[in-house]
Amino acid sequence: MSTAASWTISAVRDALRTKEISARELTKDFFARIQNRNRELNAFLALSIDRAYAQADRIDVMIAKGDVLPPLAGVPIAIKDVISTRGVVTTCGSKILETYVPPYDATAVERLETAGAVILGKTNCDEFAMGSSNENSAYGPVRNPVALDRVPGGSSGGSAAAVAAGLAVAALGTDTGGSIRQPGACCGVPGMMPTYGRVSRYGLIAFASSLDRIGPLTQNVTDAAVLMSVMAGHDPNDSTSAALPVPDYAAKLEQPLAGIRIGVPEDYFGEGLDPEVGEKVLAGIALLEKLGAKRIPLHMPHTDYAIATYYIVATAEASSNLARYDGVRYGLRVPSSSLREMYKKTRERGFGPEVKRRIMLGTYVLSAGYYDAYYLRAQKVRSLIARDFANAFQKVDAIITPTAPTPAFRLGERTADPLQMYLADIYTVTGSLAGIPGISVPCGKTKAGLPIGMQIFAPHFEEGRVLQLARAFEKADGFTI
Amino acid sequence: MTISREDVLRVADLAHLELTPEEIELYRGQLDEILAYVGKLEKLDVANVEPMAQVLFAAPGEDHPELRDDTLVACDIADAVLAQAPDAAKPFFRVPRVIER
Repeated sequence: MSTAASWTISAVRDALRTKEISARELTKDFFARIQNRNRELNAFLALSIDRAYAQADRIDVMIAKGDVLPPLAGVPIAIKDVISTRGVVTTCGSKILETYVPPYDATAVERLETAGAVILGKTNCDEFAMGSSNENSAYGPVRNPVALDRVPGGSSGGSAAAVAAGLAVAALGTDTGGSIRQPGACCGVPGMMPTYGRVSRYGLIAFASSLDRIGPLTQNVTDAAVLMSVMAGHDPNDSTSAALPVPDYAAKLEQPLAGIRIGVPEDYFGEGLDPEVGEKVLAGIALLEKLGAKRIPLHMPHTDYAIATYYIVATAEASSNLARYDGVRYGLRVPSSSLREMYKKTRERGFGPEVKRRIMLGTYVLSAGYYDAYYLRAQKVRSLIARDFANAFQKVDAIITPTAPTPAFRLGERTADPLQMYLADIYTVTGSLAGIPGISVPCGKTKAGLPIGMQIFAPHFEEGRVLQLARAFEKADGFTI
Repeated sequence: MTISREDVLRVADLAHLELTPEEIELYRGQLDEILAYVGKLEKLDVANVEPMAQVLFAAPGEDHPELRDDTLVACDIADAVLAQAPDAAKPFFRVPRVIER
């Protein structure tokens, strides 16, 4: 049995093929790792033990028969707890869904399992994916495995921590305003947000429907490409999923960068950026230039309006989506003599402070007399931000920025001031609003040893280019496993 | 823009939230601060800008291959769905009485 801290997809494939280990033994090994580390990290909320071993046994039968193995055969994968898993409790990090067991699988989960993946369990996250530190989970914060006094980022903090600690080969996260990319940066693993519509949202419990996306957190970029090829593609159960063919992302990963034009927006390197982060990301850009990319300076004039736009659009959609939690059909019910009182008491007890804050804000900006001033205006500014990207992509093939202005901060450091927490999402929300794909790839560490993330954006449906740049960087920078 | 206690109560009622007195005061201050910040969007001239109502959509005249035919398919999930309900009497969800006679 390998003692490697972190298995990759190809390492699993080789070990199973050479019978160095069985899928069942590998699954058992991962549950043992989780058992050892989870008390400290709080990365997992639930384990799907029976389901995992049943799948591992299916893979072992295939191996014994000499069958051709599917791309993720026996690969242990964790699923963020806002993504539905049939028969496995799915809480969204909220008390209001503490006992909720979905009767169906999200399409992304179903596709992973069909491709041979072993689903280990559900990872902790900010309640309904609302947060940037994982401190908004009703089940306690996750600790960053790189520095236990620090946050893992959020909202997919449990997924990022699980992958970084080697408790899963890969994990699914969701990204609405940075919730895959920022925890990837904080924990030092690649985290990919696909184009809006590239991966089906069916079974993703909605936060902000025009922004939500499912994507992978992995040990390396190659693994992200493999997961993307498995999950992407049209799904009749999600009318916003794109009916476009899915490329084999892994096949074009190693192509040289020669001639690729990378845009560097000055607006992402100004006030508020930690100097150490800025320095490493600029060094990362210089490395891409050395690999053949051509650097082009950019100005994206509406960047400064992105946070305001995002927190209007996202909270408006959240206030509408979360209206469904009323104690009638699933989840918590606080009994009461009248229906209206039952709704109110259930929601008051079931939702945590950040979720209530966002429901209040979203309800306010949609309410009579304020809709035009806030929501409609934000929808218009969203067009301007998307136009900034469309204009930039006339001149460049990809855009490189920091993922977050600072490395992982200390637990509790920012909880008292929600606005300050929101402002730190500045580099990720722009791409969320525009609907384009992006990745955060590890880009060195601070002197204190905290990981730094570099973000790569490309035009709609150019995931292949995002991955190609990220892979070239990872390989040259020596982060490849 | 200043958010009053009455604004908070009105919004909480619309959102079906029964806030505690501490929460009312907390959210009043925080909403005030956040709304003051997002007010920066007023600086932009958006008179001739279309709102981005949809992220990706087919251009006028193009097909919408994402849309499926409106056909009936079997959907035998009533038992599984009702099994999650806090109070169900098949085939209904049971809630407190809403109509007084």
